[in-house]
Amino acid sequence: MATVMIDLKRLGDVRAPAGFAERVLASAGVADSYATFETVLGRVYVAWNPLGVSAAMRAASAAEFEAWFRREIGRGLVRAKPPASLAAKIQDQLDGKRRMKFDLRGLTPFSQAVLQKTLTIPRGQVRPYGWVAREIGHPAAVRAVGTALANNPIPYFIPCHRVIRSDGVIGNYGGGGPEAKKSILNLEGVQLKRLQDLASSGVRYEGVKSTKIFCFPTCYHGRHVREENFVYFHDESEARRAGYRPCKDCRPAVA
Amino acid sequence: MEGTDRVFERLVRDHQDRIFALGLALTGNRHDAEEVAQDTFLRAYRALCGYPAERVRELKAKPWLHRIAVNVVRNRVRGVRPRLVELNGSEPDARTGPEEDAMRRIEIDELATRVAALPARYREAVVLRHVQDLSYAEVAEALGQPVGTVKANVHRGLKMLRGENDGHGDD
Repeated sequence: MATVMIDLKRLGDVRAPAGFAERVLASAGVADSYATFETVLGRVYVAWNPLGVSAAMRAASAAEFEAWFRREIGRGLVRAKPPASLAAKIQDQLDGKRRMKFDLRGLTPFSQAVLQKTLTIPRGQVRPYGWVAREIGHPAAVRAVGTALANNPIPYFIPCHRVIRSDGVIGNYGGGGPEAKKSILNLEGVQLKRLQDLASSGVRYEGVKSTKIFCFPTCYHGRHVREENFVYFHDESEARRAGYRPCKDCRPAVA
Repeated sequence: MEGTDRVFERLVRDHQDRIFALGLALTGNRHDAEEVAQDTFLRAYRALCGYPAERVRELKAKPWLHRIAVNVVRNRVRGVRPRLVELNGSEPDARTGPEEDAMRRIEIDELATRVAALPARYREAVVLRHVQDLSYAEVAEALGQPVGTVKANVHRGLKMLRGENDGHGDD
C-alpha cells in the first residue's frame, strides 16, 4: 500500500508543459504574447494577440517592457515563441512594404483616429501635426494630436516619427528622443537638411511649375522635379493666389 | 473586468502544474492532460467573468478548479472533445533537464496509464486524495459525494492498484 501511495505522490509532482500558462492566458484573451526581434532599429520588444500587434518598444529589459505594457495597455504579457510569419511581417512593415494588423483597443477613439491617419503617411515623407488634426476632423486639436502620438504604443510600426512640427523642428519622440527620430527619418530617406532649411525660411509648401500643384516638401510627387522647376509658398492662400491647387496625395490643404 | 483578468492570471500560474498533473492522472496521457487542463482554465475564466467581486474574493481556488477539471474529464468521456488551441505549437518541455530523467518520465507515464485504467469512481477518488493530496472533505466537495463514499472508493481504488503492482514485486 505504501509504495503505491508514494508513486501516486510522484505523479502529482508532474509539471505542466513549457508555455502552457502562456497558451491558456492568450486563448482566454487575458494576456498578449511578446518576443524580441532584431530589426534595423536594433532589438525591439513586440507584443501581439489574435487581433494584431498591440505594442512595440525598445526596452532595456523584459521586465521594463512587461511593466510598461501592464500600465499602458492594462493586460498581462507573456513571453512566447512568435508565429513563423511575424518576423517577416515586422521586417516588411519597417521596410514600408505592407500593412500589418494592429490592435488599438484600449485607446480613445481620438487616439485611434490619429494613429490610423498616421499609418497612411508613406515612408520617406513627413506631415505636420496640424495636418493630422485637420484630416481627422479636429483641426484645432493640434496639441492633442501631439499627445496621442507621444503615447503611441506601437512606435516605428505606426510611424509617429513621420509627424513633425510645421516650423521644421523635428519635435520630441517617445522612442528615444529627437535624435532617434532624426535617425529613423534619415534611414527612411527623408532629406532633413533640405526640409529644415525650407521650414526655417518660412516655406511650407512647394509647387511644381508645370503641373500647378503644390505639395508638402517631402511628397512623392516632388521627388524627380528639378530645383529650378519648384516654386515655394509660405501658406495656402499664397499658393492659391498663384493659381496652384493642393496635391491630392499629400493633401497640404483641402482640395 | 480587469481585476478578473489579474485573478485569472494568478490562478493559471499558481495551479497549472497541479491541474495538468490531475489531467494526466485522470486521462493517462499528456496530450489529453493538456486539453483537459486548458479547458478547465478556460471554463474557470468564463465562470469568473460572471461572478460578483465578492464571490471571486472568497473563492477557494483549489477545490473549485478540481471540481471543474473532474467535470471536464467526465464530459469528454460522454461526448465532444474540445480542440486543443495550439497558438504557437507545443514546445518541448524546457523546464526539466534534458534527460529528465527520460526514465522517470516513462515510469510516471506508465503509472498514469494504470491509474487512468481504473473505473471512473475509484480513479477520481484515488487521484484527488493521493495524487493531488486533497483532504477527504475537499475530495467530497469536488466530486459532490459524501465523505464516506469517497473513503470507500479511495480504499477500493488503492487495493485495485496494489493488486496490479504485486505482479512487479514490491521491493
